[in-house]
Amino acid sequence: MLPFILKRLGLALLVAFTVSFISFSLLFLAGDPAVALAGETASGEDIEALRRLYGFDRPMLVQYGEWLWQALQGDFGESYYFKLPVATLIGDRLSVTMTLGVCGITFALLTAVPLGVVAAIRPNSIIDRFALFVSVAGQAMPSFWFGLILIVVFGIQLGWLPPSGASTWRHFIMPTIVLGYYAMPAIMRLTRAGMLEVLNSDYIRTARAKGASEGRVLFKHALRNAIIPVVSLAAVQMGFMLGGSIVVESVFALHGAGYLAWESIARNDLPTVQALILIFSMFYIIFTFLADVLNAWLDPRMRSS
Amino acid sequence: MSVHKTTDPLLEEIQGPTPRQILRGRVMGHAGLLFGLGVVFLLVIIAILAPVLAPHDPYVQDLANRMVKPVFMGGTWEHPLGTDHLGRDYLSRLIYGARVSLLIGAVAALISGVIGTAMGVAAGYFGGKVDAVVTFLINVRLAMPVVLVALAVVAILGGSLEVVIGVLGLLLWDRFAVVMRASTLQVRRREYVHAAQAIGASTPRVILSEIMPNIANNLIVIVTLEMAHAILLEAALSFLGLGVQPPTPSWGLMVSEGKNMMLFEPWLVLIPGIVLFVLVLAINLMGDGLRDVTAPENRS
Repeated sequence: MLPFILKRLGLALLVAFTVSFISFSLLFLAGDPAVALAGETASGEDIEALRRLYGFDRPMLVQYGEWLWQALQGDFGESYYFKLPVATLIGDRLSVTMTLGVCGITFALLTAVPLGVVAAIRPNSIIDRFALFVSVAGQAMPSFWFGLILIVVFGIQLGWLPPSGASTWRHFIMPTIVLGYYAMPAIMRLTRAGMLEVLNSDYIRTARAKGASEGRVLFKHALRNAIIPVVSLAAVQMGFMLGGSIVVESVFALHGAGYLAWESIARNDLPTVQALILIFSMFYIIFTFLADVLNAWLDPRMRSS
Repeated sequence: MSVHKTTDPLLEEIQGPTPRQILRGRVMGHAGLLFGLGVVFLLVIIAILAPVLAPHDPYVQDLANRMVKPVFMGGTWEHPLGTDHLGRDYLSRLIYGARVSLLIGAVAALISGVIGTAMGVAAGYFGGKVDAVVTFLINVRLAMPVVLVALAVVAILGGSLEVVIGVLGLLLWDRFAVVMRASTLQVRRREYVHAAQAIGASTPRVILSEIMPNIANNLIVIVTLEMAHAILLEAALSFLGLGVQPPTPSWGLMVSEGKNMMLFEPWLVLIPGIVLFVLVLAINLMGDGLRDVTAPENRS
């Protein structure tokens, strides 16, 4: 188990390092940041002064090294637009996005797993077809549009839920549904496929032959084995959802890290954008690492690959 | 005629349906695939014939006739789906929007398909260090948040059709690489591959004429799925104001422009969203259907 964890950790660190380099390089794709910072009316001398002040005149690798070293210590520089440390800015907003992400994945699991299990127990039944319909529709639904429809119906017409903002838990209901529905189809399909495969296996027949009750067969024997791949998929989806929160947060005006990302991209606030890309990537890397370790712990066969 | 009905198994096999007939039977019996193919075909025709079909110029503003209601809400046939906040004919913008969505979806899927297939097939065929590098690159790519990176790059380079297509094409190759790698691994140990190698076929020849034809059905499925993915992403980018720029008729942009009037004129948001949903649904059903009929054993 330990060699597996160490090997997997090494890979995670290498991926994280590469991603950090790519997200830093974005700054250089943007051309001269000093020009953008100074604004259109600035003179050549102003730009030159800014370039020296921020150290843009140095080689790219030197700047990257310094940025990475400070980032490791939790210092992502200062936001061009908000004139605040980027770390403070993101720290304030991250709790909203994390809440949304956790609620979203919980919603997705609570709807997808039961639906997938029932669909697998009764293949080709009405419930199976309903589950298939829900997942196919979920994959084709533009999430920003789904969010707007919910706002019009439940926020305005019926007036049941607040249409935007983040001050109470009720503000999170619609964003949770939109974000969760985005992750749900894949989880449902995997649960259904896993259950179908497991239910046809020999040890399930053995369990039934022993006279185990149907509930015991389904939950103690079948679901336990079918759920293993779902665990790692849920972790991967959680990473994707944090990235997807940018769309949902802007639709519902939830002022989380996703909304901050949209604001800072629109305002050319590169230090904030770089830090957010890095942080969202880190979450994905950490989640997939934990999922792989959990998988290896649940299923020793995974440790060799 | 009963003379021919022998019990000879060889003869029975000859008299049985040909693979082509079996495939046709499966296609005709698959409702999802037929629906998907039908809708996609229809929208492609509409996109190609847009100048003929559109009742008005999608760019011409008529400020005196802003937000005219669609015909089913009490409007007139002059503007069957009404007009937007600048008085532009909504149906015409919708028809021209099909061009934007289909073009972005197809070209982005093509670019990412070429990149991902090259990487995946190389990793699966050569294995070893090549495989390690490709697997690592896939991991790096998966760790990057697509929407965020796409938005940032489009913001830096400026929103245009070409930039959006390029960015999505360079970002969406991961699934191609994963699936093509796995498929190549499956085929490369087959006897016909060994046979081709044994008679001295060059590596490109083995890959192009032995490996590729046998993984092509998986490739087509991923092409459709990524095309749908690219169309949804373009719509999301345009909705956030960092994709295709106005006045280009993009469905995502139309939803975004209708958003401000959503409380009073919800159809401005509903119509482009429904069309987007139907197109993506059709492409997905087409992909799922193609997988079912070409390789029923891979159904999940």
